[in-house]
Amino acid sequence: MSRAAIVVAAVACAACSGRMPVLDPGGPQAARIATYWWIVFWLSALILAAVVAFLLHTLAHRRVAAAPASLVEDTRVERRLALGVAAAVGLTALTLVVLLVTSVATGRALRSFGGTDPLTLEVTGYQWWWDVEYWDPVPSQRVRTANEIHIPVGRPVLVKTRSLDVIHSFWVPGLHGKKDNIPGHGSSLVLQADRAGTFIGRCAEFCGVQHAHMQLLVIADQPEVFDAWLQAQRRSAVVPTDAFARHGFDLFMTGPCALCHTVLGTPAGGRRGPDLTHLASRRTLAAGTLPNTVGHLAGWIIDPQAQKPGAQMPGNAFGADDLSALLAFLGGLS
Amino acid sequence: MSRVAALACVMLALVACEREHRRFSEVAPASGRPTHVTPQPSRNPAEGNAWAIAQGKQLYEAYNCNGCHANGGGGMGPALMDATWLYGSEPQDVYTSIVEGRPNGMPAFGGRIPDVQVWQLVAYVRSMSGQTRFDVRPARSDHMRVKESEQARRPERPVTAAPSGRP
Repeated sequence: MSRAAIVVAAVACAACSGRMPVLDPGGPQAARIATYWWIVFWLSALILAAVVAFLLHTLAHRRVAAAPASLVEDTRVERRLALGVAAAVGLTALTLVVLLVTSVATGRALRSFGGTDPLTLEVTGYQWWWDVEYWDPVPSQRVRTANEIHIPVGRPVLVKTRSLDVIHSFWVPGLHGKKDNIPGHGSSLVLQADRAGTFIGRCAEFCGVQHAHMQLLVIADQPEVFDAWLQAQRRSAVVPTDAFARHGFDLFMTGPCALCHTVLGTPAGGRRGPDLTHLASRRTLAAGTLPNTVGHLAGWIIDPQAQKPGAQMPGNAFGADDLSALLAFLGGLS
Repeated sequence: MSRVAALACVMLALVACEREHRRFSEVAPASGRPTHVTPQPSRNPAEGNAWAIAQGKQLYEAYNCNGCHANGGGGMGPALMDATWLYGSEPQDVYTSIVEGRPNGMPAFGGRIPDVQVWQLVAYVRSMSGQTRFDVRPARSDHMRVKESEQARRPERPVTAAPSGRP
């Protein structure tokens, strides 16, 4: 019995904090959602407690009903019962109205955030990764990355979500609720981080074989750190001067890589896979499936289907020397 | 009688499985350099597979085939949904066109597109004029409808035209 209680408590705690903290808000939007959640929770707890208490009370003070003395109804008892039922119905309706009003108010509050100068980025869901573009009126200043969003602390971020294949759902529980990405139907949300840190996001709408491996990171930094990051991301890649890495560069450009991936400043301009211009600066590979290390990258290039069966990237049987050269080139994309 | 019916059901189910069968771990043969030696399997593994042809349909746009051939009606490159095949309509012919290229503008994609995907493209290109089985041809597009689906088209009867006949 006590072991079962421990298991239940552990499961309950695991859901509230840790990697996907729904009740540990990192910004004003998540805080509003958490407040609403607590209102629903305590109201429900109160009602449950009241119902259970009433039930226990009636069980403890059970009376065996005596046979009615006559067929004439006792109007006083009838009136008391009618009053009790009316009060219960009224309370239920009131509870529902309170929940409705709080829910609508929370929804309206979430829409009202945004400020005058939000950082705008467009997030596109693909099977099974996220494409992220930082919008700028000057096209050359836009930044494209994948599966990793950097945001400045304290500034509202307008996230425009969309999908180009199936329905996905953008969900960063520490910062905001879910927002479905429906093909052909753009949507948006405003989120903001009030403290520096890393927030894990996920696709929250089943979207195919690798739905579980469609993760993204939102990394909130102080504004000056963020600005430095954005400046670095705007730089194009340079053709390596080192002969070994140069061989890797040639393999990338003349082989299968360039058909799907973009590396700014080179002839590679494919749009089917993630932009790799700053691959080495990212923390994970394959939408949070693997840590971004040389070994994992090598394994991913040779046989992605072993790590993420169904992913759109095909396997590539590079020889050992060619693979090392390619890794040297990719390692320089910081 | 009922045994025959049950057997028929099982056979049907198995056939249906094969139609959508998807191989996860297909490592492409050594890539990285253009190859001029074309491996020729006796039959295209993608030909009778709905999933593979759907992949081919996605790749057709991802690799910008539609840049020249449009949605099959042709543009800078020849049409792919009609009966005319300049270099033959057999899977092997289409494979060679993609891997080795053809005169007058078709680039060689050998070494750039993994073999598995080339075969998916071959099966899709043949689907555009109804050369593959009806039940494996795509029934719809992922985006706005610009033409009837591959399934809704009447199969063309391939005619191999002499390349010199083109202007």
